[in-house]
Amino acid sequence: MQIAYYPGCTMKASARQHEDAALAVLGALGVELREMDEWNCCGVVHSLTSDNLIRHMAPVRVFARLREQGADEVATLCDMCFNTLGRANLLAQRHPEQIAAISATSGDDLSYDGGADVLHLLQVLRDRVGFAKIRARVRRPLRGLSVYPYYGCKLLRPAEVGIDDPETPAVLRDLMLALGATVVEGSLQTQCCGAYHVVNRDEVVTQRVSATTEQARAGGAEAIVLSCPLCHYNFDALQPQSGAQMPIFYYTQLMGIAFGLDPDQLGLEEQQIALLPLLERHNLVHAPTPGD
Amino acid sequence: MTITMRAGGEADELLRKVETLSGQNLAGCYQCGTCAASCPLRGSMDLGPDAIIRHLRFGLPDVLDRQSFWVCVGCDGCVERCPRDIDIARIMGALRQISIQENGDHLVVAQLPAAALRKLPPIALVASMRRNTG
Ligand code: SF4
Ligand code: SF4
Repeated sequence: MQIAYYPGCTMKASARQHEDAALAVLGALGVELREMDEWNCCGVVHSLTSDNLIRHMAPVRVFARLREQGADEVATLCDMCFNTLGRANLLAQRHPEQIAAISATSGDDLSYDGGADVLHLLQVLRDRVGFAKIRARVRRPLRGLSVYPYYGCKLLRPAEVGIDDPETPAVLRDLMLALGATVVEGSLQTQCCGAYHVVNRDEVVTQRVSATTEQARAGGAEAIVLSCPLCHYNFDALQPQSGAQMPIFYYTQLMGIAFGLDPDQLGLEEQQIALLPLLERHNLVHAPTPGD
Repeated sequence: MTITMRAGGEADELLRKVETLSGQNLAGCYQCGTCAASCPLRGSMDLGPDAIIRHLRFGLPDVLDRQSFWVCVGCDGCVERCPRDIDIARIMGALRQISIQENGDHLVVAQLPAAALRKLPPIALVASMRRNTG
């Protein structure tokens, strides 16, 4: 299976380990992500006001280039990119005149009809690959490892672009169960981590991160598993400020562990809060299983 | 205490601008408070999202001096639950935009410590600039 891939900036910077782990895991599942040419930053957030069309130009340009390259769907790993591209796509479907106005500012170089689909990698795994196939690929089940799936905002809301039920999502839970982990759930799984306030109001983020990790810990979780690179940064970098040290995994890293892939492919040492001690405690990191 | 509502027509002007920029009809809000109860950042706001709407509708003064719309990150938790389908995140976005137009940017990137700029992921910086600057 081949799918066009839009990485976005953060996969090439602070979330490299997520991209590395994703490519390794997808390789093991026979899925090839083909990075599209000429991609640009999507703008990270969807512009919310009606008179600010120019701010939609970034995601529209991504779609225009994608279509020129002959693709009608594109996958991304980043929750923020997924949300921004998805909402721009809705704008293109509902307000073609706005896309035409944006395109006109760049010599009609950006025509786009809203006809492409944006897929989050979790959708590819759930809906294309299927959790049964993922379960069948597991070589080293995450038996005894308790994880708290954290969804945050951008995977789920608004519901018209979200990939799961916004109130009671299941995709990360089901994926973790397929890997053999124990899942701990709680009311803060779908609440915002404070997002970009890490730039200049980080007390807001520290408060959210601390409440969420405390809920996870109280429920018996040893680690948090998540998808969004901004949530990842916030949980990993700001948690120590509240005195907590709960390991934060991308789901792709835990897939790689359960698949028995070489830990060197999974960027396990690129977090501030160490992941290896927990994995070693559960006997989940050794040399790669022979034959893989 | 005396509160003058819709003094001098100014508040009407702000309400009209917010409605135009956000595409939302604030009269639809029946003040149930679901948005405030759903907001994970309510504790850092000086007025809950329901109260922001009330103040705008009643034309109460100084809405643009509040912090709430800077605190709102547009997580859409409230939007998902509002029984009147009001997109509060867009209302907050409209207030940010009006404030930036009237008072300038809310974030001066040049004033951020160099160490923070090196450390922060691009996703955080770009999002913050998009929400806090014109
Ligand atoms: S949830 Fe909706 S109707 Fe209720 S107070 Fe908030 S904006 Fe108004
Ligand atoms: S969108 Fe804003 S007001 Fe609504 S719940 Fe999120 S942070 Fe609170």
